[in-house]
Amino acid sequence: MRPLTEEETRALFEKLARYVGENLQLLVDRPDGAYCFRLHRDRVYYLSERILKLATSIPRENLVALGTCFGKFTKTQKFRLHVTALDYLAPYAKYKVWVKPGAEQSFLYGNHILKSGLGRITESTTQYQGVVVYSMADVPLGFGVAAKSTQECRKVDPMAIVVFHQADIGEYIRHEETLT
Amino acid sequence: MGRKLDPTQKVKRGPGRKARKQRGAEQELLRFLPPDPEDGARKLSGHARRRAAKRRIKAARPPTGKTAKVLQESPASSTESKSFVSFLQLLPIERAAQKQKRQDLSEEDSEEEEEDEEEEEEKEAPKQEETQETDLQLNVEADEHFVLPSGQEIEKEAAQPPDLQLVHQRIKDNIEVLQNFGTKREEGRSRQEYVTLLRQDLATYYSYSDFLIGKMMELFPLSELVDFLESNEVSRPVTLRTNTLKTRRRDLAQALINRGVNLDPLGKWSKTGLVVYDSSVPIGATPEYLAGHYMLQGASSLLPVMALAPQENERILDMCCAPGGKTSYIAQLMKNTGVILANDSNAERLQSVVGNLHRLGVTNVVVSRCDGRQFPKVLGGFDRVLLDAPCSGTGVIAKDPTVKTNKDEKDILRCAHLQKELILSAIDSVNAASETGGYIVYCTCSVTVEENEWVVDYALKKRNVRLVPTGLDFGKEGFVRFKERRFHPSLKSTRRFYPHTHNLDGFFVAKLKKFSNAIPVAPQEEEPAKEPGVPAAKENSAPAATATPLPTGKKQEGLKGAKKQTAKQVNSASTATKTQPQGESREKKQKKWALAARRGSFQKRPRPPKAAQPSPRGPRAQAGPGKKRRVPRNRQ
Repeated sequence: MRPLTEEETRALFEKLARYVGENLQLLVDRPDGAYCFRLHRDRVYYLSERILKLATSIPRENLVALGTCFGKFTKTQKFRLHVTALDYLAPYAKYKVWVKPGAEQSFLYGNHILKSGLGRITESTTQYQGVVVYSMADVPLGFGVAAKSTQECRKVDPMAIVVFHQADIGEYIRHEETLT
Repeated sequence: MGRKLDPTQKVKRGPGRKARKQRGAEQELLRFLPPDPEDGARKLSGHARRRAAKRRIKAARPPTGKTAKVLQESPASSTESKSFVSFLQLLPIERAAQKQKRQDLSEEDSEEEEEDEEEEEEKEAPKQEETQETDLQLNVEADEHFVLPSGQEIEKEAAQPPDLQLVHQRIKDNIEVLQNFGTKREEGRSRQEYVTLLRQDLATYYSYSDFLIGKMMELFPLSELVDFLESNEVSRPVTLRTNTLKTRRRDLAQALINRGVNLDPLGKWSKTGLVVYDSSVPIGATPEYLAGHYMLQGASSLLPVMALAPQENERILDMCCAPGGKTSYIAQLMKNTGVILANDSNAERLQSVVGNLHRLGVTNVVVSRCDGRQFPKVLGGFDRVLLDAPCSGTGVIAKDPTVKTNKDEKDILRCAHLQKELILSAIDSVNAASETGGYIVYCTCSVTVEENEWVVDYALKKRNVRLVPTGLDFGKEGFVRFKERRFHPSLKSTRRFYPHTHNLDGFFVAKLKKFSNAIPVAPQEEEPAKEPGVPAAKENSAPAATATPLPTGKKQEGLKGAKKQTAKQVNSASTATKTQPQGESREKKQKKWALAARRGSFQKRPRPPKAAQPSPRGPRAQAGPGKKRRVPRNRQ
């Protein structure tokens, strides 16, 4: 377990900023105590100082996880967000997509969102913007990337993809062993 | 929409699913009944009709005991109302179990339905001796006296595959005889013979190993034994716990009802639990589950966390955490404040812990993979510790039926040994000076005494802890005395839960409070420390060490003949020990002690009689047993 290096921090923040924009500031400076990012076995964990203090006394090889896992660094030093970060992305997300109840299941199985399943979308979403996906009951389901801007979405045919799938909460069952 | 959540305000809508009547039952019944003079005078309910039928049968018969008959009428109705009231007082989950039991019975044996139901009611009010008597007489008339099968019959049966119906009937009859041994016994047959047969029959009928059936027979009285074994055949209802970090129970229930799930609140004792009766969708894969709004969790595993009662901003250790149900419940009660260290020794099982904790939005947990026994070394000074110790799983046979056959004495004692090590390290990692805490909760999903009371009793002796009430207002009290063992009287405040009484998994919960961080030093551990320092002590102890094993060895030699006979019985923990009178002769005790000393460390070791010890010389004399044990082992 160690603090992130300069490049790692940049890669992480760039990725997070795609979803939460300037709200990223709120994640780092929290009113309820100091929070920090730590790297452990290529995974990035977000945790409070108090947990950090306790975790430092556990031998590295025995430490499995701490706080919340945000994602991992690939072998090529790119950062990949995991669905476990959803709890922190969802409240701060700038751009959101709501899916219809019928298309919910399809998204939870790892499929892209088609125009026919699109319930609502934030105005002024640009193409390739990171979005958080919600069900119509406002339950966060995952996140992805907008394949079309809001304007284009209105015109395309029902079977066209509007949001590329990146992560969804179905992964808690499908990929339990690789989550952390 | 679905059904209302509040069971007390439930509106009745026509005959339910379970109100189905057996076809043709009316006609069948009429054949048995003498003609009713005032037929059709008034419409009776099902129960009332049955009672009336019984009354008529009795009236048709010549009166046997006048007084008994007079007594019968009024208590019968009072029992009825009593049982009804107690039915209302039950928890929903228990009511469901009772309903199911009744249903099973009716399916199994429609002819005996009447009697069974009557019997069930009477079980709740054991006062009804008279009515039961007549009932039993009816039975006896139907099938003649129960006779123990002869040796030839047993041999014949052993050659064939067992006839389960016959065995079942025999179990029933046998228990009846055993409960009323004075009057029902066959002349010249000992209780022992009946018990042995019952044990064999139970083992074949429920396919348990002989050892485990023996254990269960020691634990439960005969009246409960069959109930317990029977309830191990049906699975417990699916229960789930609301994750109050993300949602409220009312909202969750509504959302699940909309998905076609039929559910109810778990009971008065839990504010977050829900029971699922049936569901049209897989309950472990709904979007609500994936979003972390609930956790699938046995109702019994809520209890230890409730007993632990974690407070906000505390440091808590969960020693054996997988799969994370209890850990997340602790986090939920602490509202994600403070720190929890979730530990487990199995890396594979930890994957599901991490997954579950993230899904449920728990952020105050550190997950580690250490051996629990190393604990105060890794990290200590916790406010509370939850120890859900690994166990033989004799309380969750419904979940894992392999336990029936693949556990033997060794497995249980191995578990008990590990549990003793774990409970000591759990106690050591607690900070007794903590302002809010200093508590340890010990729980297992096993019903055997070796893994529960014995372990807690051991901890009470070894550390500065005392038992405190668990804060659970139901469940049975732990054993204070079991067979020849006597435990600390405060073990009354531990709690046991059984599948047949509470419709929960078999479970044991004990809550300990640590009142001092000092570890009391046992006298036998003191001695080896003294030895190098004080030569005088060494001289004194040496002859004692050589003197004590000698008589033991002699006894063993002299015993050999007797041992060959008894060894089998003792090792398989047969019922022979059970029926032994309390006041054993001194000689027997000595033999037992010698046996135990030889058998090794795990076995129960009865205290040696005073006369067998070398003359007590001050406090060091108490170290005798410890020495005795150590020396022969070294020789091997």
